[in-house]
Amino acid sequence: MSNELQYLSTLVAKGKMHRRAFLGRASALGVSSVFANSLLVGAAHAEGPVKGGTIKLGAPGGESTNSLDPATYSSFIPFQNGKMFGDTLVEVGTDGNIVNRLAEEVGASDDAKVWTFKIRKDVTFHDGKTMTPADVIATMERHSDENAKSGALGLMKGISSMKVDGDNFVLELKDANADLPYLMSDYHLIIQPNGGKDAPDAGVGTGPYLTKVNEPGVRHGYEKNPNYWDSSRGHADQVELIVLNDDTARSSALQSGQVHMIERVPPKIAELVKRIPGVELKNAPGRGHYVFIMHRDTAPFDNEDLRLALKYGINRQEMVDKILFGYGSIGNDMPINAAYPLFSNDIEQRTYDPDKAAFHFKKSGIDGSVLLRTADGSFPGAVDASQLYQESLKQAGISLEVKREPNDGYWSDVWNKQPFCTSYWGGRPTQDQMYSTAYLSTADWNDTRFKSPEFDAMLLSARGELDQVKRKQIYRDMGVMMNQTGGLICPMFNDWLEAISDKIGGWESNGNQAMMDGFAPIKCWLKA
Amino acid sequence: MQTSLLTLVAQRLALGFLLLLAVSLLIFVGTNILPGDVAEAILGQSATPESLANLRRDLGLNDPAYIRYFNWLGGIATGDLGNALTNGSNISEAVGKRLFNTLFLAGTAAVISVPLAILLGLIAVRYRNRWPDKMISGLTLTSISLPEFFIGYLLIYFGAVKFGWFPSVATVYDSMGFWERLNIVALPALTLTLVVLAHMMRMTRAAILNVMQSAYVETAELKGLSAFNVIRKHAFPNAIAPIVNVVMLNLAYLIVGVVVVEVIFVYPGMGQYLVDHVAKRDVPVVQACGLIFAAFFIGLNLVADIVAIATNPRIRHPK
Repeated sequence: MSNELQYLSTLVAKGKMHRRAFLGRASALGVSSVFANSLLVGAAHAEGPVKGGTIKLGAPGGESTNSLDPATYSSFIPFQNGKMFGDTLVEVGTDGNIVNRLAEEVGASDDAKVWTFKIRKDVTFHDGKTMTPADVIATMERHSDENAKSGALGLMKGISSMKVDGDNFVLELKDANADLPYLMSDYHLIIQPNGGKDAPDAGVGTGPYLTKVNEPGVRHGYEKNPNYWDSSRGHADQVELIVLNDDTARSSALQSGQVHMIERVPPKIAELVKRIPGVELKNAPGRGHYVFIMHRDTAPFDNEDLRLALKYGINRQEMVDKILFGYGSIGNDMPINAAYPLFSNDIEQRTYDPDKAAFHFKKSGIDGSVLLRTADGSFPGAVDASQLYQESLKQAGISLEVKREPNDGYWSDVWNKQPFCTSYWGGRPTQDQMYSTAYLSTADWNDTRFKSPEFDAMLLSARGELDQVKRKQIYRDMGVMMNQTGGLICPMFNDWLEAISDKIGGWESNGNQAMMDGFAPIKCWLKA
Repeated sequence: MQTSLLTLVAQRLALGFLLLLAVSLLIFVGTNILPGDVAEAILGQSATPESLANLRRDLGLNDPAYIRYFNWLGGIATGDLGNALTNGSNISEAVGKRLFNTLFLAGTAAVISVPLAILLGLIAVRYRNRWPDKMISGLTLTSISLPEFFIGYLLIYFGAVKFGWFPSVATVYDSMGFWERLNIVALPALTLTLVVLAHMMRMTRAAILNVMQSAYVETAELKGLSAFNVIRKHAFPNAIAPIVNVVMLNLAYLIVGVVVVEVIFVYPGMGQYLVDHVAKRDVPVVQACGLIFAAFFIGLNLVADIVAIATNPRIRHPK
């Protein structure tokens, strides 16, 4: 049986048999679809990458205001640009572990305060210069400079000193941080010649593709870097990123064969996209989540019973089914899910319980309605989700008033200003980063005003703890604390939802960021 | 007579220029009374008092408003629109490309729609109140009644996805040849044609019908001219002014009002460029685009005026 399946799977890989036909045959042979799918992936890789051709990727998140300067990246197209022409010291692998890139070795002192990155020697920039540790330190200096306004500035603040030591780049931290390599994998921290101090937006790096066309908000064109140091990446001769902000334009471009991959398929059309011949829908569970956030220090949300009432009054499964159309998973009122390293899956899942919600609401002594602010731009389907929430709370006798705000100005006037609103988080590679960004007392983006010295102390001790078992336990305790006392109502984690043409080979599931963490056009190939 | 026509044209030009100056003032004041200043808009969340002060100084925001206005105006007069705040690119250069794209699309749509609308209008008059007239009116009014994004989606569905005649994504590049460009803008140009057709067609029809009531048309008919010749030789020349007026209005629309179509077809024109920068509060770009749009609007209306003057002796020789 397995021989036959193996044979069939190679047929699919060669494009001689349709994937669904294969899955049908497999289930007829009594094989689970999970196993059958894994066979397919194996076969696709065994077939080997095909070199050549032009991969075209259509994606939203590009504007004519974009720059190639890595310090400025904050949406998908710029992020993807960085992946094309640049490399970071390390990156996060598909399994969530650190993979060495421009650093060939990473070492830490016992107290996790001094970190040493041994820099590769055989790497040249696109302008022909050799990449050296001096370029690395210059890059880090630029992103640490307040004037550069880098998106990675917050990450760099914990560094007390940096130096070059032979082939090594050494940095010293103010406080111990066992997750430092994850910080260095940040997509802003692309190593540039002289740190990009001379020409930050030149689009010159060490990456697998050379910048050829840069028309912000329209398209970006890349050509294979013939001198790339890693031959396992960069299969297509050319890659074209086309900015397609309109949902319909994006799916029709894929359907009519003008692009091979599209980023962000709206969940509501996912079933329709699945039915298009020659197109495959891909979803990867990620760390991004949609949230309802309460300011813990503002009345009435400073009342723990009210917060519990609101937490028990949300129907998480319904949200996943109706807002994400099943492409996601339920949340547990903490910003962490199984996609994070060191996640404990034994924390009790809170479920919809109108009785408990009513009990806590009564106990809180608050009467009248609770005001929630929302806007469609706060996350896709936020207004619908708020109305579902309104209904589920009604059954607990709690009246929720939903106020719709304009998208324009939502992030400056409502989010992080108003005491109860909808929002989203893209997730971070580690628990430490997620908590430090939004739940440390002093965090700029502490959008639930979660200020707990005890929690802060736990976060810091976990950060410096190199013993993974102990760390996992601390993170578990923090998760429980967040779940019980936090201002965060987190009903769902959304999947990355993308679609590709069946001409694309080498796709793998990677939930770190969209489009296989931006590696889709670099690691995939066009089938012959 | 020759000189008086020139004087009239010169007068109109001068008026148009004054109007443009007034618009520039309006744009400048308008963008300056927006809440928050440019420096705050650039720095956003990460603004600290000292970085704000630094940026304000660098951008020259500490000068009084009238000095900034004249600096800006001086720059425009010398062809320098300044730099975009968001990515530091030269606005004149970026706008130049976008403007060319916009004009190309508008031009293509105009070349199809204007002759077509006038021809359809003439046919409608010739067969007034009979089935060709009713069919033409019915179809064009239907197409103007549908929202333009809906027409766009219909054309994408049938023209690109179902039958694959034209590409659905109209991303044009500098390196493209003329025919390739034409192929790529086919669907958006067709959408725009359907949107503007009815207005021009109905105006042509109405203007000519109006003239058809006059005594000289009756005379022409009594002379024994064919119906089409009556329209062509006697009615149409007298109806030109209102037709040119509505044609120019629609041309202006094709240039300044097509952002929705640009978004649907992912066409890199001025509208998309403007909207991107409005969202980021990139004021210099918004000002530049606003002024360019105003210039086109005023310019095209000027042309309509001049044509009206040139074709109508009564305006040229006021009593």
